[in-house]
Amino acid sequence: MIAGKLSEPARPLVLEGGRVIDPASGFDAPGVVHTAEGRILYAGPASSAPTPPPGAETVDCRGAAVIPGLVDMRVFLGEPGAEHRETFASAGLAAAAGGVTTIVTMPDTEPVIDDVALVDFIARRARDTAAVNVLPMAAMTKGLAGREMTELGLLKAAGAVGFTDGRHSVDNALVLRRALTYGRDFGALIVNHPVDPHLSGSGVMNEGETATRLGLPGIPKEAEIIVVERDVRLAALTGGRYHAAQISCAESLDVIRRAKRAGLAVSCGVSVTHLALNELDIGPYRTFFRLSPPLRSEADRQAMIEGVADGTIDVIVSSHDPQDVDTKRHPFAEAADGAVGLETLLAAALRLYHNGECDLVPLLKALTVRPAALLGIEAGRLAAGAPADLVVVDLARPWICEADRLHSRSKNTPFEGARFQGAVLRTIVAGRSVYESAAA
Amino acid sequence: MGRGGRSRAQRGLLGFAALPSGRNIPIAMALMTEHPSPVAASPAAVFAHRHLLGIEGLLPEEIVALLDLAEEAVSVSRQVEKKKTVLRGRTQINLFFEASTRTQSSFELAGKRLGADVMNMSVGSSSVKKGETLIDTAMTLNAMNPDLLVVRHHAAGAVHLLAQKVGCAVINAGDGAHEHPTQALLDALTIRRHKGDIYGLRVAICGDILHSRVARSNILLLNALGAEVRCVGPSTLLPRALDRLGVSTFTDMRKGLEGADIVMMLRLQRERMDGSFVPSVREYFHFFGLDAEKLAFAKPDALVMHPGPMNRGVEIDSAIADGPQSLIREQVEMGVAVRMAVLEALARNLPNGGA
Repeated sequence: MIAGKLSEPARPLVLEGGRVIDPASGFDAPGVVHTAEGRILYAGPASSAPTPPPGAETVDCRGAAVIPGLVDMRVFLGEPGAEHRETFASAGLAAAAGGVTTIVTMPDTEPVIDDVALVDFIARRARDTAAVNVLPMAAMTKGLAGREMTELGLLKAAGAVGFTDGRHSVDNALVLRRALTYGRDFGALIVNHPVDPHLSGSGVMNEGETATRLGLPGIPKEAEIIVVERDVRLAALTGGRYHAAQISCAESLDVIRRAKRAGLAVSCGVSVTHLALNELDIGPYRTFFRLSPPLRSEADRQAMIEGVADGTIDVIVSSHDPQDVDTKRHPFAEAADGAVGLETLLAAALRLYHNGECDLVPLLKALTVRPAALLGIEAGRLAAGAPADLVVVDLARPWICEADRLHSRSKNTPFEGARFQGAVLRTIVAGRSVYESAAA
Repeated sequence: MGRGGRSRAQRGLLGFAALPSGRNIPIAMALMTEHPSPVAASPAAVFAHRHLLGIEGLLPEEIVALLDLAEEAVSVSRQVEKKKTVLRGRTQINLFFEASTRTQSSFELAGKRLGADVMNMSVGSSSVKKGETLIDTAMTLNAMNPDLLVVRHHAAGAVHLLAQKVGCAVINAGDGAHEHPTQALLDALTIRRHKGDIYGLRVAICGDILHSRVARSNILLLNALGAEVRCVGPSTLLPRALDRLGVSTFTDMRKGLEGADIVMMLRLQRERMDGSFVPSVREYFHFFGLDAEKLAFAKPDALVMHPGPMNRGVEIDSAIADGPQSLIREQVEMGVAVRMAVLEALARNLPNGGA
């Protein structure tokens, strides 16, 4: 069941009987969470809980965990311009069903979000139609053309939480240098998609044995590593806040690790797909597995998991990219990149926990408090005063991903038929339930 | 033979784990002795696949069975009365998204010699511009109930995609830089007729390996039948991790051709090149064009092959192409025979097939 988020004033909630996990503080024990007026009043052990607010609705969380709502820093939408693929409304439903309470949208729309009025448009449309919080990233360069900087200061004041050219890599080092330098004055987060467009050329998948066997042009890992290396040096030169939107190879991780040790304001993300899958999953030319960056080798996948576990990788994103049949039902080399991921973000991440590949707390940190910190928002933690963005999740409940049942308008999931463990029972945004699983 | 091979033959066509990733001669030989070659037996069940999408996924004995069937087709093709009737009443559509003279006419002739009604459809870039996707085209054709669909497409995997959407048997006549299985089969047939056996031969595949589907299919087939395969070309035209496909690589023609029984030249596919891979045709010919001087490094009885169309003076000297060691014209003849064999083998698996 999904309810509109503005239907009526939110009743106070008492979530009791569950395991309360706050990755930010490390609290992980049976407890209760109280909310009122869209905020968390209390989160902690039941023994020291205050009297519940008057008129509170009680939510029975026995057998489940209460965690902060997920913050997804990389979401592509179809609105404005390609509403047949995804709208704020449909993405909001998908996010709510996946336990994602804040989505950060990419500016690659038609028109491109490179103007204050368009940031306003997103804020209004999202407020009116989306079930979850929507925060826009604006374009770093006008028209995503990679030449002229956008109005970083005005856009930030209008609500842009970061600046990126989305799917496009800013390949002109001078342009990126200026954005980092100028953006520093505003504390702007500068986000680049690290792919060298010349080196990746006509490549469509990871370069190596599999690409050679399939007869597909490959993208060498160096197309990413070189750009990450360059960007980190520009971050050092400028002192700006740099974030690599998504990395996929072990060597990129080394570059980021060194930059962090050197004290630079550098961070990076990885998509959950790159944590869960590798290039062999492409199998017989399955275009839903065509991504940018491409799925890499198993060794790279394991390195990415290690990066999440040791904290070098700051955030896990869905890189939700709805593509319709018109862009995906083509031969592999001619299909579009991208996969939907909002509804499978938490479940696919939990797969690593259930497989014993990563502990729960580092995973949840990278999905909640760490992206929130990068974006400078209060969400992502279970602390008194924080927004009441919560997820009740049965960490053990198994389910099978069926593309037809996804809420997203596009069904291009690489997890069709995948067996997951960890089901969202209820999603709460600003103290209001926006999703309840049918079986809950 | 077929009963024993059937379950293994039903592996996924892209089951990498099952592929020969190195020298797999012992396995190949074991399989062949376990199931003796069925020269006289009915090949009805030897080819337990609905489509021929690639050499990958074929068992050595299936390849041998197709070659044996093609051998019979050679004699049919050399008679005055060239017609067989195994495809009578069947409809074969040749769907070519990429221009082709030789392969298309070879498939056309093969189908006609077996009694099929053959229709050629050349889908140029115009219909792509009209917005029709590959799948739409496939669905349109499928509605016409063909029995056999021969497809060439410029994108790797396009034929796999199409095969999932149609109800008939699909034959890959070349998909991007992926596979061209009938070319590898005809090459193998040509080699076998001259050298008796493929096992143990040293075959040098030379030139533009990167863009070549012919190279990929030949590497898989020749490895499966126990040849020693070498790839020779400039490093810019050798794909990554080629050694993982069970071949050794050389960047010097003289070293690569040393002791070769077969020298297989590839066309320099300048039309597929995205940017510059070699500085000039002149330089390419100097280092990689097959001339008498370079051929002298191969065995004295080495034979020269080329899948065509040739760039004379680019990858091969005319004197060699037309010389006594050249099998190039015979490859064309074997092409028709091999395609007859493939059409016949697949037709037997069709509903109401000859089995």
